[in-house]
Amino acid sequence: MRSRTNPMREVHVWELPVRLYHWVNALCITGLCITGYIIGNPPALMNGTEAYFNYWFGTIRFIHFLSAFLFFFNFLFRIYWGFAGNEFAKWTNFIPLKRSQWKEIMDVIKVDILQVTHKKIDSIGHNSLASVIYFITFLIFLLQCLTGFGMYSAMSNSFLPKLFAWIVPLLGGDIHARQLHHILMWAFILFAIVHVYLVFYHDYIERRGITSSMIGGWKFIEEDVYERHETESKEKAEK
Amino acid sequence: MKSNEPSFYEEVRVNGISRSDFLKFCTTMAAFMGLEASGVGQIVKALESKPRLPVIWFHFQECTCCSESFIRASHPIVASIVLDKISLDYQETLMAASGVQAEEAYKTVMQKFPGEYIVMVEGSIPTENEAYCCIGGRSALQILEEAVANCKAVVAWGNCASAGCVQAARPNPTGAQPVHKVISGKPVINVQGCPPIADVMAGVVVHLLTFDRIPQLDELGRPKAFYSRRVHDTCYRRANFDAGLFVESFDDEGAKRGYCLYKMGCKGPVTYNSCGIIKWNDGISYPIQSGHPCIGCSEAGFWDNGPFYQHLPSIAGFGIETTADKIGLGLGIATAVGVAGHAIVTNVRKHKEITNTPETVAEPETKKV
Ligand code: HEM
Ligand code: SF4
Ligand code: SF4
Repeated sequence: MRSRTNPMREVHVWELPVRLYHWVNALCITGLCITGYIIGNPPALMNGTEAYFNYWFGTIRFIHFLSAFLFFFNFLFRIYWGFAGNEFAKWTNFIPLKRSQWKEIMDVIKVDILQVTHKKIDSIGHNSLASVIYFITFLIFLLQCLTGFGMYSAMSNSFLPKLFAWIVPLLGGDIHARQLHHILMWAFILFAIVHVYLVFYHDYIERRGITSSMIGGWKFIEEDVYERHETESKEKAEK
Repeated sequence: MKSNEPSFYEEVRVNGISRSDFLKFCTTMAAFMGLEASGVGQIVKALESKPRLPVIWFHFQECTCCSESFIRASHPIVASIVLDKISLDYQETLMAASGVQAEEAYKTVMQKFPGEYIVMVEGSIPTENEAYCCIGGRSALQILEEAVANCKAVVAWGNCASAGCVQAARPNPTGAQPVHKVISGKPVINVQGCPPIADVMAGVVVHLLTFDRIPQLDELGRPKAFYSRRVHDTCYRRANFDAGLFVESFDDEGAKRGYCLYKMGCKGPVTYNSCGIIKWNDGISYPIQSGHPCIGCSEAGFWDNGPFYQHLPSIAGFGIETTADKIGLGLGIATAVGVAGHAIVTNVRKHKEITNTPETVAEPETKKV
């Protein structure tokens, strides 16, 4: 039997709101990609029947719009939590304004992507490269909401979609909003492939329990990494 | 304006239009414009009492399909709007005058009615080299700028004047620009379509005449009364759309049953126009009713968003048949391959971390300082 003793400490990284956000988001995006793809390429399901017979395409669109609203408010909530949440959820993680973040980005590229050096990346929450990528996905979320609600404003009189009506003329018409919206779906799909792979990769290499951390919130962190983090936080607090 | 000019009503009566036809016309226009019942009275009064609207109508880079559409309006009064009210002043296709007399005609309008006349433009304006479109030795831009300086408002007829239409399609060799891009300081009404529906054109003229101000416009300068709804929103095939019943090819069973033309590239869901309500040729039909998908002729850049018979536009630079889905799928496969490659490399290069042999743990490199 292979085993090892490695002094690890359990750290509560992802608070419940972050985890909830994550899974609601994942569910919405999966639903939106599937229904969105069908809206763009409807299969000939009921051909041969008459229109009064069914409403399946309308239902698909309804599910798309329902998930869209959920997705949007969930996204707003996450932005709020970027200010209210713990240090790992804070917005400052996502925008690399500090030197140390850029250094870590370079390290992650060398260690995990190109695999030319072999050291451990210290970060307890997201590493800095992952954070930047998440920031980009937030921008894509925003664009997807802008184009989506922009299109939706043509078929709704309610307050929220009307707020987004301006995006359509800005893009030069509904067709461009639609095209951009459709292209961005692929950004979500590409992200999902890489994202799931990298979670498994990190679990495989680092054995910090990153996969299950999004369920229970806890991660295993090496004792020395944890201590270093604690001293740094204390120093910061004193300043 | 001088009151001794004959009113519009007086003119059409001279042309043998009965009072009842005149009232019918006013009622139809009020309905098209979405006015309340009292609006009919306003239109009647305006047309009875107000003198002609001074108009200068220019043709720049265009095919004259807007004029064609207008004069083919079946309602005789619409035709007389053009023939009796506009050709008198300046309309390059329809006026009798030519050469010096023609030039004089519109100069007279500019001098006699400063701040009152309306400039109506068919066609786009070349900016790459102004010489691409010259009339009487002057460029379209020069003529337009001069005429617009003292006008009350500008009406941009059709897609050319509103958005550049086919001349502005890639690669836009003449640098064609719509009216609102080359002039400033005057309200521009974009009456979209290739061509616009005749009754819509008449509606805009009647509105200008009746209310002395420009109609309410949307963000793209189109009169809201006619362009606030998508063709899709008023399409009689919409029930088939919601039921997911689509024509798959032009000669299939679905086409015979009148299914929705979405998969044949119908641009109705992204096109703002009145085709589904006012229809064409005296309300006889419109493209979708005749079994053809909407090509989006009242939207900017519709030529470049083709092919017409495809739901989403091709992506420029990737070939005519390449949609976002094809590129997306290609990238998806490339990503999956990349990820698999990375997984293999990881197993080789990170062998020590994975098997976790004691040396790895002891290796100083693994500790970051
Ligand atoms: C993960 C996010 C989303 C994805 C992947 C997605 C994907 C798609 C796709 C692929 C289409 C079909 C476009 C076409 O080819 O015609 C579509 C349509 C549409 N989406 Fe989304 N979408 C997302 C979020 C949203 C949001 C937040 C809204 C906001 C309301 C929205 C509203 C719409 C609307 C209005 C349509 C047009 C449907 C129709 O009129 O038939 N989407 N979406
Ligand atoms: S035919 Fe075109 S406009 Fe009519 S319902 Fe279908 S997609 Fe919409
Ligand atoms: S149905 Fe579409 S393409 Fe046809 S005339 Fe109307 S707006 Fe233009």
